[in-house]
Amino acid sequence: MADEDDIILSELNDEELVQQMMDDLYDGLKEEIEEAVEILLERGWTPYDILTKALVAGMTIVGADFRDGILFVPEVLLAANAMKGGMAILKPLLVETGAPRMGKMVIGTVKGDIHDIGKNLVAMMMEGAGFEVVDLGINNAVEAYMEALETEQPDILGMSALLTTTMPYMKTVIDALIEQGKRDDYIVLVGGAPLNEEFGKAIGADAYCRDAAVAVETAKTMVARKHNQMG
Amino acid sequence: MISDQSLSETGLSASGAGRVLVIACGALAREILALKAANRWDHIDLTCLPAKLHLYPEKISDAVRDAVAEHRDAYAQILIAYADCGTGGGLEATCKELGVEMIAGPHCYAFFDGNEAFAARAETEITAFYLTDFLVRQFDAFVWRPMGFDRYPELIQTMFGNYDRLIYLAQTDDAALDAKAEDAARRLGLRYERRATGYGDLASALRDFATQTA
Repeated sequence: MADEDDIILSELNDEELVQQMMDDLYDGLKEEIEEAVEILLERGWTPYDILTKALVAGMTIVGADFRDGILFVPEVLLAANAMKGGMAILKPLLVETGAPRMGKMVIGTVKGDIHDIGKNLVAMMMEGAGFEVVDLGINNAVEAYMEALETEQPDILGMSALLTTTMPYMKTVIDALIEQGKRDDYIVLVGGAPLNEEFGKAIGADAYCRDAAVAVETAKTMVARKHNQMG
Repeated sequence: MISDQSLSETGLSASGAGRVLVIACGALAREILALKAANRWDHIDLTCLPAKLHLYPEKISDAVRDAVAEHRDAYAQILIAYADCGTGGGLEATCKELGVEMIAGPHCYAFFDGNEAFAARAETEITAFYLTDFLVRQFDAFVWRPMGFDRYPELIQTMFGNYDRLIYLAQTDDAALDAKAEDAARRLGLRYERRATGYGDLASALRDFATQTA
């Protein structure tokens, strides 16, 4: 039996429900997010609107509070997990309904490194922002990146590393791109806890992104600039 | 009596005895004091920064810089007993700028294991999570609680899903620590392995410093 204070999501109007979704996302309540997504779909919302106005907007607040030291990694992961639940419902529908595509990204953690929490967050937020993401997973050698770039022809290559010992491998990949004359074909974004802007510049990346929100904004700006140059 | 909690939270003050100083991470205090006593390096004093800085590696370089500034006038020479420790080369750059030596290696568990051996095993142990004596004793404070596993056990899979084993790099022979390390592996759902390392490259780095400053 429901407690007296329990909120019945289906009884909320659209505005209240979206606000409630942002709160539930913040609190990492996956089942509630999934339920609310279904309710909005039944009410005729487009998958794209649910994604951007509720999930991405909510996750942006989570990201900002993480950056400000109000939330910590465990809470961000729970929120991401809740968003993932909503995304799983929306993803097939987004394709069917022809949601706008911002561009394509190939992303992966570099060779020798099995850490993927930050990389997964970036992939999810990029998808939320309308990018098609091809996730290569962990421990990727230069050949794996090259093959994926060749096959997928993305706008962006994203590389992640958590270890001081593995972050130099990003340069190995960028050098291979230069060697093959392909460096300018892609926007290269790098990220990971021990990295900084200086390192990103030193290895020849287009940008270092300190978190998922920055990665999305940087990707949007750079892809738009690239398309303008081409146009 | 030094407690692990104080080494984590506040570090260790210099005793004032000794001509040269080691500024170390609190996680290395017991090991350095043991080496100092065993080798009678009485000319070396020790101060430690709080080990919990490891939860915020971006703060380590500035904390070391402040400590060097605070002690520089009182000692003839200073050694920084930190490895890179997640600073992404930042600490090395700071030490270079300050003109002080630091210990080579990516992490304390790498220099305990021996940096060369650790690097050689990197590919075969890519899925290993390491603990040292200090980290075994402080497992709850440095791993379990900061990762939120006490509140959200479902996150264990998210954070440790790519690991398959926990390797306890043991500085000392202590059955109680061994049992605690094995329990940590069980809690994380990882296979357990113990490797006796002793003090590894920490001992040789301190020996070099001791000889050089004797």
